[in-house]
Amino acid sequence: MSGAMPATTPDPAPAVRHRSVIRSLLRLWPYVRPVRIRLGLSAAVAVVASCMSLLIPLVLKWMVDGPVHDKDTAGVWLGGGLLLLLGLLEAGLFGVRRWLVARPLAGVEASMRAALYGHLQRLPVDFHDRWASGQLLSRATMDLQILRMFLAFPLVFLVVNGATILIGFAILFAQAWLLGLVLLAPVVPLMIVCSYFETHYALAARTAQDQAGDLATVVEESVLGIRIIKAFGQHRSQAAAFRGQARGLWGTEMRKARLLSDIWAVIMTLPELAIGGALAVGVLQVADHKLSAGTLVAFLSTALALRWPVESIGFLLAMSNEAATAADRYFEAMDTPEADRSGTGDAAAGDGLRMTGVRFRYPDAPDGGPDLLSGVDLHVRPGETMALVGATGSGKTTLTALLPRLHEATGGRITLDGADIAGLPVARVRELLAVAFEEPTLFSASVRENVAMGAGPAGVTEADVERALAVAQCDFVAGLPHGLDTQVGEQGLSLSGGQRQRLALARAVVGRPRFLVLDDPLSALDVQTEALVEAALREVLRETTALVVAHRPSTVLLADRVALLSEGRITAVGTHAELLRDSAEYRHLMSGTADGAREESRAPADAAETDPAPAGAPQADSPLTDLPLERSEA
Amino acid sequence: MTTAAPPGVDPFDQDVLPAPRNAQMILLRSLLHPHRSRLWLATVLLLVQQAAVQAGPLLVAYAIDHAIPAVRDGRHGALIAVACGYLGCGLASGILQRAFIRVAALISQDVLIELRGRIFRHAQSLSLDFHERYTSGRLISRATSDVESIRELLSDGLEELIEVVLSAVYISVLLLILDWRLGLATMVSYGPLYVAIRSFQRRSMVAYRKRSTATAAVIVKFTETMNGIRPVKAFRREEPNDAAFGELNHRHERANGDAILEMARYVVGSRLIANIAIAAIVLWGAYRVAQGGLALGVLAAFVLYLRRLYDPIDRLGMFLNSYQSAAASLEKIAGLLAQEPGVPEPARPVPLPERPAGQPGRAVVFEDVRFAYRTGGEVLPVFGLRVPAGQTVAVVGATGAGKSTLAKLLARFYDPTDGRIMLDGVPLRELAPADLRRGVVMVTQESFLFSGTVAENITIGRPDASRAEVEAAAKAIGAHDFIAALPDGYDTDVRKRGGRISAGQRQLVAFARALLADPGVLILDEATSSLDIPGERAVQHAMHTVLHGRTAVIIAHRLSTVEIADRVLVMRDGRIVEDGTPEELIADSGHFAGLHQAWQDSLV
Repeated sequence: MSGAMPATTPDPAPAVRHRSVIRSLLRLWPYVRPVRIRLGLSAAVAVVASCMSLLIPLVLKWMVDGPVHDKDTAGVWLGGGLLLLLGLLEAGLFGVRRWLVARPLAGVEASMRAALYGHLQRLPVDFHDRWASGQLLSRATMDLQILRMFLAFPLVFLVVNGATILIGFAILFAQAWLLGLVLLAPVVPLMIVCSYFETHYALAARTAQDQAGDLATVVEESVLGIRIIKAFGQHRSQAAAFRGQARGLWGTEMRKARLLSDIWAVIMTLPELAIGGALAVGVLQVADHKLSAGTLVAFLSTALALRWPVESIGFLLAMSNEAATAADRYFEAMDTPEADRSGTGDAAAGDGLRMTGVRFRYPDAPDGGPDLLSGVDLHVRPGETMALVGATGSGKTTLTALLPRLHEATGGRITLDGADIAGLPVARVRELLAVAFEEPTLFSASVRENVAMGAGPAGVTEADVERALAVAQCDFVAGLPHGLDTQVGEQGLSLSGGQRQRLALARAVVGRPRFLVLDDPLSALDVQTEALVEAALREVLRETTALVVAHRPSTVLLADRVALLSEGRITAVGTHAELLRDSAEYRHLMSGTADGAREESRAPADAAETDPAPAGAPQADSPLTDLPLERSEA
Repeated sequence: MTTAAPPGVDPFDQDVLPAPRNAQMILLRSLLHPHRSRLWLATVLLLVQQAAVQAGPLLVAYAIDHAIPAVRDGRHGALIAVACGYLGCGLASGILQRAFIRVAALISQDVLIELRGRIFRHAQSLSLDFHERYTSGRLISRATSDVESIRELLSDGLEELIEVVLSAVYISVLLLILDWRLGLATMVSYGPLYVAIRSFQRRSMVAYRKRSTATAAVIVKFTETMNGIRPVKAFRREEPNDAAFGELNHRHERANGDAILEMARYVVGSRLIANIAIAAIVLWGAYRVAQGGLALGVLAAFVLYLRRLYDPIDRLGMFLNSYQSAAASLEKIAGLLAQEPGVPEPARPVPLPERPAGQPGRAVVFEDVRFAYRTGGEVLPVFGLRVPAGQTVAVVGATGAGKSTLAKLLARFYDPTDGRIMLDGVPLRELAPADLRRGVVMVTQESFLFSGTVAENITIGRPDASRAEVEAAAKAIGAHDFIAALPDGYDTDVRKRGGRISAGQRQLVAFARALLADPGVLILDEATSSLDIPGERAVQHAMHTVLHGRTAVIIAHRLSTVEIADRVLVMRDGRIVEDGTPEELIADSGHFAGLHQAWQDSLV
């Protein structure tokens, strides 16, 4: 649907299972491997930079207890110089750390995204049927961003801050073990409270995310269905759904805020209490000359420097957790095996399209139900055009999807000129066979590119494109702002359903494929245009073996013979006239009457075989009357 | 984003719609206005809280300069005061912080819910013309990603941003009081810091804008591929796609790296300034302590304050980024909300008169109506039309003849450029919206289903309808059988198990929905295009009873529908060129007669 939508539908594969965070994150290794040296270096640099900030209080202490106490101005200058040096080093190392990983990690993100895109393109269609594109998109964008952030921060800083805490406390204890103990008191409770909080907060945040997604769905639908909402006035249930979900989200956000306010109260208060205690103890000790004033200053300064590393542990762990989830989501899609593209055979010549006992059921079809296709036998002779007719839901479109192997038949054989398509490389099958889908999809590209892509990567000449456009009666293209170069698709000019359908038809015929499959190719066209397209299409169909899904007699008349699909099988094959005569179901489908009697009594079908120009009053501007109703070459 | 922008500038090609200046300030003020008292409360809480937070180093200075000598003299009062003060400040800062976060969350969540609601309601009230030009994608991203970026700022950044600024003010004042010379020296460092922040803001705006453009391109390509996976596969687009996506992905990687490096540059620059300032101030302070001109405790307080002052500078960059993107989003939203509905609700709505007993449907009159799209190009030159109550009118003609425009004018999706359209004598412009929607219902070619059950989708036109009425409507139109065959019948969720409801079946649902709404005027705009012949026949059969007792306008490019019409209008180039009963027109040997004959012949 719309381009930049966040994922809104629930996860098709909820991760309600125990998983190891570390195991999930270890799977990132193949992508991280190329940048491992820079990543390691950046961690080392960060540890050194942290040590600089821990050294600064020590220099302070030396200054206060040494030169300041002794009124040694040269010593003060030296101390100042040292501070400056450490400061410069710290800032520089910060920069080096970020510079080391900035581009490589952007590269890791990009390579993971490219791998995902390439993989998804090659996954079978039923995978895409199961997964909303928003779900896939959120994996390619948000999840990968989370993973890059993880590599840049939590991964490095868990190490760095851990080291900083250890070194910092070592320094504190070395200076004054009693004060150190007082300061250490809140560290463990703080870490426990933080990680407790993070788990709950992450849960609430996840809920809020889902609710925001649901809310977005309501908004999205209210925009996409605006015509219906307008046509029926206020869509009350939609407005009620919006209000309800907005309230729900509000509640969750407030829960998040309450959690956040509690943890902040703890984070602000606990260390202050410890520092206050250390200050009182320190003052007593300094007064008793057990401790130098400089040590107390250095001590408090170090304690301040350690606050962030301690507080950060909880949130770094939460980010790692989140990253593990993101990694799981990413590999969920990556682990789905690609469609089997193997096969080495190639089509011989001259057998046409043959289906033998073809069966198919959707993987998510309810158990116990019959197969959608339960043994289709059909032979389309070389050069022949076969119409495929069947009631709504009989599986016509599904059958056409089996031919280019968009779905794999669950049983039976389909051969193109004698070669089993299961044994052909998929690319070869799709080269032999072109499809125009019922739902015409245009891509964000020029009209020319959209048509030319029908010929596959090989490309086509300008003349081919012109010819295809002529066949599909796309004369409207000349009237577009930039003609053939007009951008269409989601990012370009929006075309009407009929125009899109004609372009899709042009795309199908541009490469002069050996086999052509058209799924109700003229449904969105008005009567006149339909007639013009039919006339031109006849020329194309003469050169190719074609299967045309048809809902209407006018489309059926493009074909040499008609196959009737009913209850998963082909129940009748013959000319239009034969089927009208012999099959009640076909009569029903073609005329809509219960038994087709009325239509039959008028019997224009019989006339059609003998009288290509029916007896209607021919009108100059009605091209339909020029058309023969049956091709006589079959 | 838009690659196909014609040289003439259409404001709708831009994300930011033309809006009065300061639209976002006006919007912001109107959102915050109801929360004035809470805002004051939050401000007071924050001011007191910061005071408590910043008292710490002051107490350290007092402890070193006064408590230590006092203890040495055997007096412990000062020490106890310091300890209690520190304890009190610690507790106060924690508790006040908690209260502040809660009040701030209340404000920001209320603002967000109001903002979301306004966008939702406004999008609903804007005309179809607007929707078609602005595109659903952009409207949706206003309501989702733009609101999201404001949410991120409100919940993750704004409080800290305010706290950083406020603490900087407090600390500056305290430093000036403690020692005005060292305090002034600290102020001096603000100059280069300001320059660093400004230049980062400028540069990062460019970098982030480039990145978000690159992201959008990646997303578009990705979504388009996944949504069109069938043609992608069928036409072997995988490898060309890999190459095209690789290019976009690479561009994104560059932009991403640039943005990250911009941040790195800022962190290094600001850290450098801060560390130089610290070294210089400590040097000067220590020098003066050594000279006896400054108390040691004051120096200690300075060291602690400087640390607090400069520590959040790295994060400031992050906040500024989210602030900037939120401001940009707010601008876009304000532009959307400033759009006037093109089809405004009447100031003084006129109710639709009661239908006189025995009058079937409503009478429709087009009086000297002319219609041109805003982008130019006249679609309907001046024309008039009278449809008596109860008549079924079929409108035929080639694509682009103006049939759909006529229907949309009648449903008041648009207002005519000139002239007026009346329903039982009341101009549509003056009709109360609820009355209009009860009076006129249109079934279109596209048949979007909302998430929810099939039954819910049918009751959209009349939410209070009973299940029996829903089923009756579905049966009347021939939709009951397929609905009953769905896994959960009428209660099947169309998003979950209904993914394979075909286009034709969707259209039947749309028909049932219109039937249930029971309007006086029913418009069918190519509403049978996706049905197969038996389906179409069933609908036509139902029409005989359904259209009885109401006015109907049927637009069809297939003539089968015409059989049930009392009257046929043939349109060409926005004009009605033939008008009469089907029999008359067929006998007339005009355009319609030809069409009809051809269609008859094509049937079987």
